[in-house]
Amino acid sequence: MSIDKDTVNKIARLSRIAISDAEADKMVGELNGILAWVEQLGEVDVTGVEPMTAVIPNKLRLRDDVVTDGDVRDKVLANAPAKEGSFFGVPKVIE
Amino acid sequence: MSEYRIQGNTGEWEVVIGLEVHAQITSESKLFSGSSTGFGAEPNSHVSLVDAAMPGMLPVPNRECLRQAVRTGMAINAQINRWSRFDRKNYFYADLPQGYQISQLYHPIVGEGEIEVTLNEKDPDSPTKKIGIERIHVEQDAGKLMHDQHPTMSFVDLNRSGVALMEIVSRPDISSPQEAGAYLKKLRSILRYVGSCDGNMEQGSMRADVNVSVRKPGGELGTRTETKNVNSIRFMMQAIEYEAQRQVDLIESGGAVVQETRLFDPNKMETRSMRSKEDAHDYRYFPDPDLLPVELDDAFLEECRASLPELPDAKRARYEALGLTAYNAAVLTAEAETAFWFEDLLAEGVDAKQASNWLMSELFGALNKLGKTLDESPVNPKQAAELLGLVADGTISGSIAKQVFEIMLETGQGASAIVEEKGLKQTNDTGAIEAEIAKIMAANDDKVAEYRSGKDKLFGFFVGQTMKAMQGKANPQIINDLLKKALG
Repeated sequence: MSIDKDTVNKIARLSRIAISDAEADKMVGELNGILAWVEQLGEVDVTGVEPMTAVIPNKLRLRDDVVTDGDVRDKVLANAPAKEGSFFGVPKVIE
Repeated sequence: MSEYRIQGNTGEWEVVIGLEVHAQITSESKLFSGSSTGFGAEPNSHVSLVDAAMPGMLPVPNRECLRQAVRTGMAINAQINRWSRFDRKNYFYADLPQGYQISQLYHPIVGEGEIEVTLNEKDPDSPTKKIGIERIHVEQDAGKLMHDQHPTMSFVDLNRSGVALMEIVSRPDISSPQEAGAYLKKLRSILRYVGSCDGNMEQGSMRADVNVSVRKPGGELGTRTETKNVNSIRFMMQAIEYEAQRQVDLIESGGAVVQETRLFDPNKMETRSMRSKEDAHDYRYFPDPDLLPVELDDAFLEECRASLPELPDAKRARYEALGLTAYNAAVLTAEAETAFWFEDLLAEGVDAKQASNWLMSELFGALNKLGKTLDESPVNPKQAAELLGLVADGTISGSIAKQVFEIMLETGQGASAIVEEKGLKQTNDTGAIEAEIAKIMAANDDKVAEYRSGKDKLFGFFVGQTMKAMQGKANPQIINDLLKKALG
């Protein structure tokens, strides 16, 4: 598997990361290097082996349905770049 | 079930519809955090650091939300997956602080099931159709955006962020707006019975994404569009009608349907393209590394099954066995609230037929006039049972009961108290009744003669006159007996 410059630009766009043309060129080489390295794993025969979903044999912990959190509006809004009253303010988004 | 066809210039077209219904799971706290799900709170007050996606916060699933999804699956005879997993659906939007929604793409908690619908749930002879359910998965809701409060900014309220939703995905088995409406009604009814969602579409507890395509009858499937977030059954049906007609017109005029997301505008009764960017739907799903797989054990599943209530179809059959007509049984079971009200009356000792007749004529009639729903009824089942008890034991007549009921609605007084205070008790005093009968016969000797010469229908006239003279308080059976004797 290898990726081209269009794919790099697309991933950057989807991730909302601005990259210059030169950076994209550089990134193609770097990402392909990483992919090639990971692809060495393809040499291992994993036929019949269940995909590993976690490295530790833990069970998912579930919560009871009780209200134990929230009511921390000032904390939640503390780092907001813009706020208006009790709301976060963001640049107008209308579709 | 219904032959819905759109008549185009090139012949008939059929419509293929699939629905993705988002139903808010009834729970106290959110899917992955301990903040409240309460509706209508101060903005951003029901938000924890998890819901606001602060760095380092970890999600912990709410057992109740999974339980309700499983119970819903069981109610539609669906396959329950003992092993499921959460995935991240990645996209950027101002109402989604994480930058991804935790959902279940690859391994949903509930697999295939089905719902049987009928076009008229109150008509037991109306034909039925099975609509396949592809899956139910559990996911997070997003926050809420407000666009009209400020000239250059949108406001974000994260109270809803992280509230648990079930997404219930149907197969494209629906072939008319009416069927889609019937499906949504039946689904809502089931959710309310199960108690997994309040089904309140006005408050957004239930909304539908509507997939529509058209094709020549029996032909290849056409390209579909998805109309998002339709929040009433009526709007959904209008959106389907409009969208199907639009697609037919487009194809017949040489165009092609584009696979896209659309919005329904209820004011203009039309759907409009949301003109999303071409790669807006490249969600790059992957398993959420913050969450282990969901594994359900026997005890959990057993409890889910044991806690399922009797569902509408089973209830209807049981009501018919109680002696109700098929029509009455269908009406009483269509909504969970109605069935529970009816059963409360039975629990208070009211006879099934008396209860169903009174509920459907008197109570529904009164609520209709008041513009109230059953939940808002000024009279509760216990109070109603007291009234019906007075009729059943002969204390008051049916017509007096109507008067008493009206006073109950107005004043909130109990039936016995009203009967006592207004002296409405039915009289079995044969002497008093006989005296009135004699007076009436004397005043209407022409009618007496007609009756005696064979005009049987006049009997009703005499009953009415006697009851009127007795101010409605006489026992109708005694009036009948005495009149028969007197008229000979």
